Amino acid sequence: MSAVIENHHDDHHHGPAKGLTRWLYTTNHKDIGTLYLWFSFAMFLIGGAMAMVIRAELFQPGMQIVEPEFYNQMITLHGLIMIFGGVMPAFVGLANWLVPMMIGAPDMALPRMNNLSFWILPFAFFILLSSLFMEGGAPNFGWTFYAPLSTTYAPPSVTFFIFSVHIMGASSIMGAINVVVTIMNMRAPGVGLMKMPLFVWSWLITAYLLIAVMPVLAGAVTMMLMDIHFGTSFFNAAGGGDPVLFQHIFWFFGHPEVYIMILPAFGIVSHIIETFSRKQLFGYSSMVWAMLSIAILSFVVWAHHMFTVGLPLAAELFFMWATMLIAVPTGVKVFNWIATMFRGSITFETPMLFACAFVVLFTMGGFSGLMLAITPADFQYHDTYFVVAHFHYVLVPGAIFSIMAAVYYWIPKWCGNMYDERLGKLHFWLSFIGVNVTFFPQHFIGLAGMPRRYPDYALQFADWNMVSTVGAFLFGVSQILFLFIVVKTVMGGKKATDQVWEGARGLEWTVASPAPYHTFTTPPKID
Amino acid sequence: MNSDAKKTLKKLLIAVPLMFAFGFALVPLYDVFCEVTGINGKVFQSDYEDELLTDDGRPLAVQFISTNNENMPWVFEPSEKVMKISTGEYYTATFYVKNTTNKKMVAQAVPSVAPSNAAAHLKKLECFCFEQQELMPGEEALLPVKLLVSNELPKNIKNIIMSYTIFDITDYNDEPMAGHEMNMEH
Repeated sequence: MSAVIENHHDDHHHGPAKGLTRWLYTTNHKDIGTLYLWFSFAMFLIGGAMAMVIRAELFQPGMQIVEPEFYNQMITLHGLIMIFGGVMPAFVGLANWLVPMMIGAPDMALPRMNNLSFWILPFAFFILLSSLFMEGGAPNFGWTFYAPLSTTYAPPSVTFFIFSVHIMGASSIMGAINVVVTIMNMRAPGVGLMKMPLFVWSWLITAYLLIAVMPVLAGAVTMMLMDIHFGTSFFNAAGGGDPVLFQHIFWFFGHPEVYIMILPAFGIVSHIIETFSRKQLFGYSSMVWAMLSIAILSFVVWAHHMFTVGLPLAAELFFMWATMLIAVPTGVKVFNWIATMFRGSITFETPMLFACAFVVLFTMGGFSGLMLAITPADFQYHDTYFVVAHFHYVLVPGAIFSIMAAVYYWIPKWCGNMYDERLGKLHFWLSFIGVNVTFFPQHFIGLAGMPRRYPDYALQFADWNMVSTVGAFLFGVSQILFLFIVVKTVMGGKKATDQVWEGARGLEWTVASPAPYHTFTTPPKID
Repeated sequence: MNSDAKKTLKKLLIAVPLMFAFGFALVPLYDVFCEVTGINGKVFQSDYEDELLTDDGRPLAVQFISTNNENMPWVFEPSEKVMKISTGEYYTATFYVKNTTNKKMVAQAVPSVAPSNAAAHLKKLECFCFEQQELMPGEEALLPVKLLVSNELPKNIKNIIMSYTIFDITDYNDEPMAGHEMNMEH
């Protein structure tokens, strides 16, 4: 897509307000994007600190540092914070910053709701984290909160957990509605659906997924609330309910949620690979159709998380094949990225390094997912560290690497300064090595039979656990470097050009760097 | 905001409560789905049928397992752990129960059959699991299950496990267990 801006005289419209109220009252998509990104970074560090507690405990066999009860609270909060506080708000932040600029819109369609959807998030996580200091401790039933562990046997703080999930859900739903209304109605003339940048497409699909499944999650926690406090028996077998029903409802939300956390990454990586390969993306329309098929398939595969609950054979076969079918559109995407790079004149700036690592490591996570999809094999792998290795491979070098790549790629546009390329590359290599040293050995100990979610393990798993912990601390410490690089870039640095990257395409690169407070108050003209 | 955007917004705002309701609708939908497709391995009460009887049945072992749900103090165990039977004949097995408490209690047993593809060939003329049991303090009883395994049972199945979990439903007694009430009508 090529675009021409006639002039920039709408820039001096008015600038942001001053002081704290700027951030409290802001309805500007760029401000809200920034708030989301900083919030998710704070959550990333808190959730990361919890991961360090987990890995420190697992450094050696035996009980070392924390009580088992506290360990359970750490794994639960680590999962919840990283998913709902880290990855999801980071993607919403990127959507806020980029979607209006990419489609030539002046702002999001519903700016006040945008403000609300961000500002309820800190309260949700304040409530969740405060449960650590309550009698009985924080939730300790794992991020999947299976009933009856999370109802009959839960600590009293479970009610606060339910309330905070409700708030997170409300925030996500509002954010998603905003994205859909913006994309469907505010595209500049000439930006047809099949001309939209892939990040916009990926978010349109993600937003529909969010609107479809976040209310189901809200329903699941509401049923828990009713079982705990109002005497219903949705999940209580003695009252005629069914604990397996909880898993069905949870994973009906949970599996599309997995794609909610990866589809925007697909969009980001497509942009970065085409920019640094200096070629047009290979197979644009097949990328769109692949994302649509993945999204639709995500609704009919949920029970592959529950192969061992005693499903009938027909269901096990159906969910196995349906799951494997997802490898087809995903494979299309991976091949398209490789074909884009093929014969391109590639340079490896930091965003490209992260994007390449994404393609390789995410594909590895996909392959271990295929192994887990094989029903009879899954009876062996279920609830072992192999599962932990699998989903960390798709989430850390998958979703999180894509977010880091996005930050390096667009930060010159956001604050007008180039980041320090040498430090960026250092950050990449430390993260890349750290992530693999942490999670690759977990495949081995998982296949050897080490179960997940225990603070202790049998002696034969000791060596690889020690390696994994060393890797985790390397990865953890490198993120402090990331914080330093981002702060340094915001404070100053080499001025960025408007185009920033030689091969960059798309409307966001046609506005000044840093992007003015208001962009595209008159729609751009598109050839 | 233009009118098109308002229309999109309205549609999405309707979709959210609908999906919330759908989450709750899943509760009965799962039961209905399993009933229609018959894939949940449940065994319902069946009538006596002459044509199920054969003289040339093949031998089969039926194992009985009893489980007490949490906080259920009754003694509950099968009279024999394994019963050697042959297909195409009616047998009666019994379970011993005793209310060990000093108050009147009501119980309900919930059955399960493994392997699940044997369920369709297991015919129960009578089962204590189709009813509730009310026992006085210290009272004991022998609960019968009258069953036949049809000759059509897949040849590779050499033994069947019938498992029963007994629940204390004294407090729920006013209305029988929601999920099972529906199933027992059949």
